[in-house]
Order: sequence, then structure tokens, then C-alpha cells
Amino acid sequence: MSEIFGIPVQAFMGQLLIGLINGSFYALLSLGLAVIFGLLNIINFTHGAQYMMGAFCAYLLLNKIGIGYWPALVIAPVIVGVTGVVIERTMLKRLYSLDHLYGLLLTFGLALIIQGLFRNEYGTSGQPYAMPEALSGGRNLGFMFPPNYRAWVIAFSLVVCLATWFTIERTKLGSYLRAATENPVLVQAFGINVPRMITLTYGFGVALAALAGVMAGPIYQVSPQMGADLIIVVFAVVVIGGMGSIMGSIVTGFSLGVVEGLTKVFYPEASNTVIFVIMAIVLLFKPAGLFGKER
Amino acid sequence: MKAHRVAFAVMVAALLVAPLAVYPVFLMKVMCFALFASAFNLLIGYGGLLSFGHAMFLGTAGYASAHAAKVWGFPPEFAILFGTACAAALGLVTGLLAIRRQGIYFAMITLALAQMIFFFYLQAPFTHGEDGIQGVPRGTLFALFDLNNIWAMYAVVFVVFVGGFLLIYRTIHSPFGQVLKAIRENEPRAISLGYDTARYKLQAYVLSATLAGVAGATKAIVFQLASLTDAHWSMSGEVVLMTLLGGLGTIFGPAAGALVIVSMENYLAQLGAWVTITQGVIFVICVLAFRRGLVGELARLLRKPL
Repeated sequence: MSEIFGIPVQAFMGQLLIGLINGSFYALLSLGLAVIFGLLNIINFTHGAQYMMGAFCAYLLLNKIGIGYWPALVIAPVIVGVTGVVIERTMLKRLYSLDHLYGLLLTFGLALIIQGLFRNEYGTSGQPYAMPEALSGGRNLGFMFPPNYRAWVIAFSLVVCLATWFTIERTKLGSYLRAATENPVLVQAFGINVPRMITLTYGFGVALAALAGVMAGPIYQVSPQMGADLIIVVFAVVVIGGMGSIMGSIVTGFSLGVVEGLTKVFYPEASNTVIFVIMAIVLLFKPAGLFGKER
Repeated sequence: MKAHRVAFAVMVAALLVAPLAVYPVFLMKVMCFALFASAFNLLIGYGGLLSFGHAMFLGTAGYASAHAAKVWGFPPEFAILFGTACAAALGLVTGLLAIRRQGIYFAMITLALAQMIFFFYLQAPFTHGEDGIQGVPRGTLFALFDLNNIWAMYAVVFVVFVGGFLLIYRTIHSPFGQVLKAIRENEPRAISLGYDTARYKLQAYVLSATLAGVAGATKAIVFQLASLTDAHWSMSGEVVLMTLLGGLGTIFGPAAGALVIVSMENYLAQLGAWVTITQGVIFVICVLAFRRGLVGELARLLRKPL
């Protein structure tokens, strides 16, 4: 078999792989957005900029201090997560009593500032980030030849997503979190420090974005604008999935990545817009999103 | 509404006198954006709907009128009408989708739809991609006034702006506007009083899109250019910023915000990314400490609604 629906199997598999990679990033980013939205009721527009910060953090660690990919995979999300905590403590905190739209506007402003500062420093062109040596090369599976690094990105994102799902849905900590999402005042009355939990949740969601950024570095180039357009696609993913369920974000993220990849094979002109078109169709038939609850 | 009349008279007088001292093309740009922001404010300030995709109407109307004027040879009045009609049609289609969700989702949906439209213009041949439609003829209005004369052009933009502004003012103070405000304040109650809130929101959305279209079409004729910049998400962000800085839900705020932002961009244009950073900083300051905006604060000082 060398063709699928008249498309060479190599091209088909290649795009499928790219789709899965993009899907991993959609899943990680929309997961972070969903976790943050659940507790803070804020759509974090800075998410794309924080994803970019993660990538730049890894890039700077490598080129300034010589710290490689593996430590960066932990260090960069922690650093960016801490900046997230600072943002929450100093700014977002003041907005909880106001209309949720102010949170959106504030984080949009922050995204402009962060992206502008990085653009001033590094220009608009991308910086290459070398692939870790252990993962260079590829593996011949007979029907396709996936580079090791890409296989790693997909596998690792899946693990991170599932671990997050497990933590929120199946552990004690997660049950506090879910309870606080439902009714923060009551949870606080039981003696749980909700404001701290909110801060840490924001930091965690931001760290997830940064982690995606570190992983994206070797695949795409590291550039100040890398998160700007991506975040809009992720918003569409979130609308399609609905923010009601963690698993929903993961499944929607991966499957939309695949759909987008396959569109590149069959009808390349629409590959930029297919996710938005799907969003429009979902809105027509199921306005709350595929996994969402009307609230 | 004496305060409104006085403020309106001041604004009109300023627009009539200013071209003697300030570059008229700059003023025309300000007026186009002031109308754009006022149209946007109709939706957020009175309907409580934050659209993060208003650039699609500005861009669509710009492309449509530029194409009509340049390729089909429409006279300017019909080019602007055609651009406006296209924006209104797009408003109807996207509005039917977007009003299905509230609040934050509404913002995300409009943003995503606008991005889709942006990619369409990026790829469609008639927009000439990154170059845009250049050298759009200004033409002769009603076959009488040659718009290549800067004063004739200025007069047209002035009339368009003031007309659009008065229409918005009238809408806000009509029973329709009152119902919109009621929906913004408490939608379930408005429903319980028997109002079909979805229809009101859709009408407000389409009206806002149409007026944004007027601004975009006029702008394309004035600058003889329709480009991707007008359809990009950063333009959607800019109109939010103008309105927020001027004062959400104030009548003169969006125009004041447009004046400040357009001037700032003019002065900072050489500094590249600093424009973006400054915009971001203004966003943050406005949200954290200055939510009433310039005109909102002024109105509070004077204790009059503006």
C-alpha cells in the first residue's frame, strides 16, 4: 500500500505526525487555559506569550549558561510559572470582584508588553534551538520514518496531560480544586487557603504553557511572535471543546491537531482556517461545546 | 442633555478649526478611528458584549470599497455604500454564531472568526496579499466634488463621522438603546419582561458592524489603500484600547481615545515595538487603575454624563 485516498502514504503519515505534534501543543495550552479559567474565571490571553517565554527561557539557558534541554524542561516552566505567580499576586488578584472581561483585557495588555519587549531584544526572526542529542535521528517503522524528537514530544505531552487529568480528577488536592471551582467561599470556610490555591493554579497553568514552549523550541524556531497567532487557534479549540472538562480539552486538542494536519494533505488552502470553520459548525449545533456544560 | 450638546458643539467646532493648524490627513484618520471606536462602544458600552474581532468589519469594508472603486470603477459614494453593505452582511453571519455564547466566550468566538476572515484575505487573490489594494482612486462624489481636493475629502469624512456619531447617539437614547442597557445589566430579567434578548443583541451587533464598516470603507477611500493591517487581530485590540482609554459606555470617550491612540502611534511610529509595548502598558493601567477612562473621569469631575 503506497497510497491512501490517492495521497502518497509518506505524505499522509508525515502530515498526520505534524498534526499530532500541533495537537500536543493545543492540548497542553487549552488544558492550561481550562485549569486557569475553572478557578479564576479569567481567560488568560497572556498564555501565548508565556508559551513563547518558555521557549526563550530554554534558549537563553542553553546559550548563556550552557544548561541543556533536559534540565530546561523543568527549569523554564518553573521560572515562567513564578512570573505567573507574580502577575497573579500583583495584578489579577485585584480584578476578581469585577466583570471577567477585565481579566481578558489585562492579560491581553500583558501579552502585548511581553511580546513587544522580546521583539525589541531579539527582532522578529526566529532563533534556532538545537535538538537534544539523545533524540536526534529517527526510527524506521516500515511504513513511516518519524524523527525521535517528534515521537518524544507527542508521548511526553500525552503523559503530562494525563497526569494533570489524574491530579485534578482523582486526588485529594484535585478534589479541593474542583470544590473551589464550584464554590470558593464554602471551601474557604472549611479552612482551605483558597487565595493561595488560586495563585498556585495560575502558576501551574502558566508553567504548562511554558513547558509546551520548551518542547516547541527544537521544532519551530524560537521567536517573539510564536505564541501570538497560536493562542487564537487555541481559543477556538477551547470554544469547540467547551471548558467543562479536563479530558475534553485533551481530546479536543489532539483531535483538532490531527484534523488540521489532514486538511493540509487534502485541501491545503483551508488548513489555516479549518479549526475556525469547525468552531462555527459546533456553535451552530452545540453552542456549549462538545464537552461543555451550559452555565 | 445640555452637557451632551455643549460637548458635541465643542467637538464639531474643534473639527472645523483644527485643519487650519493640524495636517488634515491626520485628522481624517482620527475621525475614521473615532467612528470605528464609537461603533465598537455601542456593543460593549451599551450591550455589554466585548467583541475581539471588530477588525474584520473594518478590513472587509475597506477591501470591498477599495475593490469596487478601483476594479469596478464605482464612484466613491457607491464604493463606501458597497463596503458598508459587505460589513453588515458579515456582521449578520458572524453575529448569528457569536451571540450564541456570552461574556468571555463571545470575545473568544469573535476573535476566532476574525482570524478566519484574516486568513481568507491573506490567501484570496483580489486582496493582493501583503501588498494590499493600492492606488484606490478617490473619484468624484455625486459626479460633482473631486475628492482629490483635500478639503472636499475632509468635508466628506467630517459629514460621515458626524452623521455616524449622531446615529449612535440617537440609538443609545432610543427605546432600543434602553433595552440594550437593560440586557447588559440583567439579561434574565430582560427576558422575564418579555424581550427577545437574542434579537436585540444581534441587531446591536449588526448595527455596530455596519458602522465599523462605514469607518473602514471611508478610510480606504481617504488613504487610497486597503491592507491586511486593518483586518489583523492587533487592530481589534487597538479599537478595544481606544474605547477603554476614552471610557467604556461614554458617548465621547471612544472619539477621545481614538485621538490619543492615533496621535501616540504617529509620534512613536519610528520606535517599532515600543508602540506595542506602550499600548500594552496603557491597557494594564486602564484596567487596574483607570477603568472609567478619560471621558469617564472627566464626567465624574463635572458630575455630568458625557
